[in-house]
Amino acid sequence: MKALLEVSGISVSFDGFRAINNLSFSIGPAELRAVIGPNGAGKTTFMDIVTGKTRPDEGRVLWGEKSVNLLRMNEAQIARAGIGRKFQRPTVFEDQSVTENLMMALKAARAPWKVLVWRPCPADHARVAALAAQVGLADSLTRKSGELSHGQKQWLEIGMLLAQEPRLLLVDEPAAGMTLAEREQTTALLVDLAKTRAVVVVEHDMDFVRRLNCRVTVLHEGSVLAEGSLDHVTADRQVIEVYLGR
Amino acid sequence: MKPGFLAKNPSVLAFLALLALFTLAVTLLSTAYGAEIVSTSMVKTLGKTLCLCLIAIAMDLVWGYTGILSLGHFAFFGLGGYMIGMWLMVARTREIVLASAAGVLPMTLQELSDAIATQIFGVVGSSELPAIWHFAGSLPMQLIFVVLVPGLLAFLFGWLAFRSRVTGVYLSILTQAMTLALSLYLFQNDSGLRGNNGLSGLQNIPGLAADQDHLSVWFLWASAVALGLGYLLASFVTSGKFGSVMRGIRDDEARVRFLGYSVESYKLFVFTLTAVIAAIAGALYYPQAGIINPAEMAPIASIYLAVWVAIGGRGRLYGAVMGAAFVSLVSTWFTGGRAPDLTLGIYTVKWVDWWQVLLGLSFVLVTLFAPKGLSGLVDLLAGLRTPWRGGTPLGPDDGSLREEEAVE
Ligand SMILES: Nc1ncnc2c1ncn2[C@@H]1O[C@H](COP(=O)(O)OP(=O)(O)O)[C@@H](O)[C@H]1O
Ligand SMILES: [Mg+2]
Repeated sequence: MKALLEVSGISVSFDGFRAINNLSFSIGPAELRAVIGPNGAGKTTFMDIVTGKTRPDEGRVLWGEKSVNLLRMNEAQIARAGIGRKFQRPTVFEDQSVTENLMMALKAARAPWKVLVWRPCPADHARVAALAAQVGLADSLTRKSGELSHGQKQWLEIGMLLAQEPRLLLVDEPAAGMTLAEREQTTALLVDLAKTRAVVVVEHDMDFVRRLNCRVTVLHEGSVLAEGSLDHVTADRQVIEVYLGR
Repeated sequence: MKPGFLAKNPSVLAFLALLALFTLAVTLLSTAYGAEIVSTSMVKTLGKTLCLCLIAIAMDLVWGYTGILSLGHFAFFGLGGYMIGMWLMVARTREIVLASAAGVLPMTLQELSDAIATQIFGVVGSSELPAIWHFAGSLPMQLIFVVLVPGLLAFLFGWLAFRSRVTGVYLSILTQAMTLALSLYLFQNDSGLRGNNGLSGLQNIPGLAADQDHLSVWFLWASAVALGLGYLLASFVTSGKFGSVMRGIRDDEARVRFLGYSVESYKLFVFTLTAVIAAIAGALYYPQAGIINPAEMAPIASIYLAVWVAIGGRGRLYGAVMGAAFVSLVSTWFTGGRAPDLTLGIYTVKWVDWWQVLLGLSFVLVTLFAPKGLSGLVDLLAGLRTPWRGGTPLGPDDGSLREEEAVE
């Protein structure tokens, strides 16, 4: 199976500190992958590179059937190519309503002059309502998203991610601030999504990762330490040493 | 525009109604058309104020909605004024030259254009029309330039600045530098726009025999129409998804990028659009002022614009209008020497000198204590105040349940 995203040999330094060190990674078009690793391992920086926020010093990032070079594209182009991202800290537009947040994310033309004359049709409203229902915000459509609780903001951001209909979802620590029930709901959703698209989940919580029941990549000091099933990596001596042992 | 737009935005309708009422009232009280209660110079002041309200809307779009603190929009306002001023001067001078030559030998075209050039450029020791005045005799061309010249300047400037992702304070400084450079350039005698003399006699409209009493009312109408259309356009732009994206860029532009919107294109679009609105406002303002010179484009003017919008309340169109109208009218009153001096025992406060201090102080106070500005008063009237939710939040964020809410 050809990979959807192919990252090879990337490195990046901040003021001489190597945050990512010759990292390679690839994921198929309908695959769920968990990325774990201690704090500062470079998980967020890895997502920054794939989404165009940070330029690597070296290496390649290729995307899709045509192997497009993502390093030549800016953040907006990469997002339009079909890579969606959920941030570690929930980032929604707090001054705007849940509907407005979802409308903005909804897959549609993104050029200014097209957005200017774009007005939602009944189908768009229905889609927004469906998305809100899916993430448990059906009664909050008209509320300002700044009023939502931390967990609800996480959900809204997941809803916005779904609205974009990306082919690859990068999800950074989705379970933070969620209750146990919400975590279970999130795992179910992510597993379901990965049936039709690629999903990369960064998470600390081992129970959460276990429920995902997928291939796991362990990062440490900016490179891949181990990869395989959760049982395989947790049995790895190196992994135990740097991560689980502590 | 889609039908139902006004129905969905009742505040637009209210604004347009108020504007129409205001214009009608001034007309009925004017010297030319009514009770002769409002003097012609007052009509001009009010007409100019409407133009300032229009540029304040532009500033609100670019700063209040998109978060780009441009301190250069008065440059576009001034440029618009210069473009229309060029036609006004040439056409008016031609009338004068032809009138004084009447009865004498008929002039050739060359002699006529030389005479016009000498009349206009005598003050800067030249007798030739500079190349940029090539189309100055044609009203349609100069009207096109009113939009085109500031629009192009804004587009080029914005393209360079936004493409290299200059934001925040650095962008503000850059826009100040642009205004400063432009006004310094225009101050030079060989800039082709009469240096510090600027353009004058703009209050006379060539081809119209009407007196100032009538002209001032006509310009008031034109300014009111422009303001009304500008308000409509601005509410159309900010009401839909485009407005959402604008506010998103203001609050978190990186997040907007990850949704797939090219933030740079949006900023460029808004910056250029608002520059054009500012230019149109300027083109209506200066014929009422009668004179334009480079001092009008000094950086301080653009800073005042930001102060108006802040005092009025940014992020709301009527806030910008309220701020511009209120501050500029009060400022006219204070600086016009009509405000009575305030005697404080040993020191007498002369408002002409102290007005700026008062303005600065109000700016600081509004920023600190009333971020919604004057438009917050509308909220008070409409009972729209957000309820005070005191107590300690129970969760990690602002939105979570508060102590006393949980008790209930
Ligand atoms: N923009 C930056 N400037 C400097 N250092 C950075 C920057 N981004 C990340 N780092 C550093 O790179 C390392 C990896 O960070 P990060 O990717 O956030 O780790 P993780 O998400 O795995 O906890 C950390 O040591 C962090 O301090
Ligand atoms: Mg992280």
